[in-house]
Amino acid sequence: MKKLVLTTAALALTAGVAFAGSHSVVRMGTEGAYPPYNFIDDSGEVAGFERELGDELCARAELTCEWVTNEWDSIIPNLVSGNYDTIIAGMSITAERDEVIDFTQNYTQPDPSAYVVAAGNEGLDVKTAVIAAQASTIQASFIAGMGASLIEFATPEETVAAVKAGEADAVLADRAYLAPIVEADGELAMLDQQELIGGGVGMGLRESDGDLRAKFDAAIQSMKDDGTLNALIAKWEIGEQF
Amino acid sequence: MFSFCTDPSTLENFQWVACYLTTGKHLNLYYAFGTVLLLLAITAPIALGFGFMGATAARSSIAPLRWLGKGYTSIVRGVPDIAFFLFFVIALDQAFEYIRHRWKCPDWTDPIRQGNDFLVCADAKLPLSNAAQWLHEVYGFSLAVLTFSIVFGAFAANVLFGAMRAVPRAQIETGEAYGMTTRQTFWRIMVPQMWVYALPGLSNLWMVLIKATPLLFLLGIEDIVYWARELGGTKTPRFTEYPHGDWRMWYFLFLLVFYLGFTKVSEVVLDRIMLRLTHGQATTGGEAQRKAA
Repeated sequence: MKKLVLTTAALALTAGVAFAGSHSVVRMGTEGAYPPYNFIDDSGEVAGFERELGDELCARAELTCEWVTNEWDSIIPNLVSGNYDTIIAGMSITAERDEVIDFTQNYTQPDPSAYVVAAGNEGLDVKTAVIAAQASTIQASFIAGMGASLIEFATPEETVAAVKAGEADAVLADRAYLAPIVEADGELAMLDQQELIGGGVGMGLRESDGDLRAKFDAAIQSMKDDGTLNALIAKWEIGEQF
Repeated sequence: MFSFCTDPSTLENFQWVACYLTTGKHLNLYYAFGTVLLLLAITAPIALGFGFMGATAARSSIAPLRWLGKGYTSIVRGVPDIAFFLFFVIALDQAFEYIRHRWKCPDWTDPIRQGNDFLVCADAKLPLSNAAQWLHEVYGFSLAVLTFSIVFGAFAANVLFGAMRAVPRAQIETGEAYGMTTRQTFWRIMVPQMWVYALPGLSNLWMVLIKATPLLFLLGIEDIVYWARELGGTKTPRFTEYPHGDWRMWYFLFLLVFYLGFTKVSEVVLDRIMLRLTHGQATTGGEAQRKAA
């Protein structure tokens, strides 16, 4: 028995050492501009649903994690060239992205995307409208495919500003992002029409990083199993639970 | 920051502003001004050094050195800054990592490019992936300084090249008549006199360099433009103690005033340097000073 304990300890130790070589610190890349998923709080720290989720996942997988922010536009190239090790930035799992990077299992249900228009313009026909979306998002490709006129912006903030400035008729984005904005701003209104696009949000990792992906996958599964993920989703009003 | 900031929603205007402007996020903005000034303070002398070497190389009597100097100035001057910045920072980073990889992990057999991934061994990463976040920031900042220096060094090289040719040939011939070697006439006659011809061009470059600092934002460094955009964006009550509408315009106005003020100060300082340099020179400026005295 004692021998068995010792061997396990030795095994764990060597595994730990081998692991320390590749990922003693896991750098978590996020955008920091997409509340409630991720944003910079008043003290200048990354906060939001994904911050709490990521910290919990790292604790469960026994990893030391560090948060870094990166522009949405270059978030995949910088992952691939190794500036950080994961993308945890409200990124929906799509086939196009999956060709370039790998995803863990989804940690949110597919969240319907919603349209937000200026108040009083609720009768808008989105098929013929000018619609704003953040560049390289599932919403942007959806609008392009639908045949409406698309204007793209680098940040989600600018897409909403475009509607307020009259530059676009509507903005299409994740409902969880738009809901608190509409709630706080009487000049904006949400359409009843929603679009179910994307396969839920997952963590992005380099394709060559299978070990790390497996660790996060297991951690997400354990959070799904014990209900802590649902609690987080409810707390941040992300959408459907598991 | 202040003791009364615990519940901002109850505060009067003035106190609210005082609390708002001292949040951790705003401190990051103020800190970013320091980053920009530091970038200028480090980049300017290095770029001038690059420029001096480029100009001397371009004047060299040794052909390969001359080609190098001329090639450097014409290539860098011909490529748009933004393209150069975006390309160079990634390329430089990967080049450094590749060299370290070859040196530190000679027995690594996997290919470095696997599909889209650029993979070097863990020891070759720059900075090491377990390094502290500030090291990552310093590394990114150094890459930015190097890139800025290379770009602005090329422009400086062209200015200095012209300035060296503007020093009257007779001055150099006089030095030669006194028995000075080429090296001596270069260092004792040409270099001290060329600055007066170089300064208008160099001061122009300095202004352009100040205005180019927001490019830091493109290089992923959280500079003043990043924080102004982040702070100015609409803040909904759920995610902040200080909700407000779209204030980006005011933040950018503040940046505008900052840059205008900074360039104005630079102009005043450069004018004084010019006054000193023209003193006693055989140029129209120097002549005017002599007559006024």
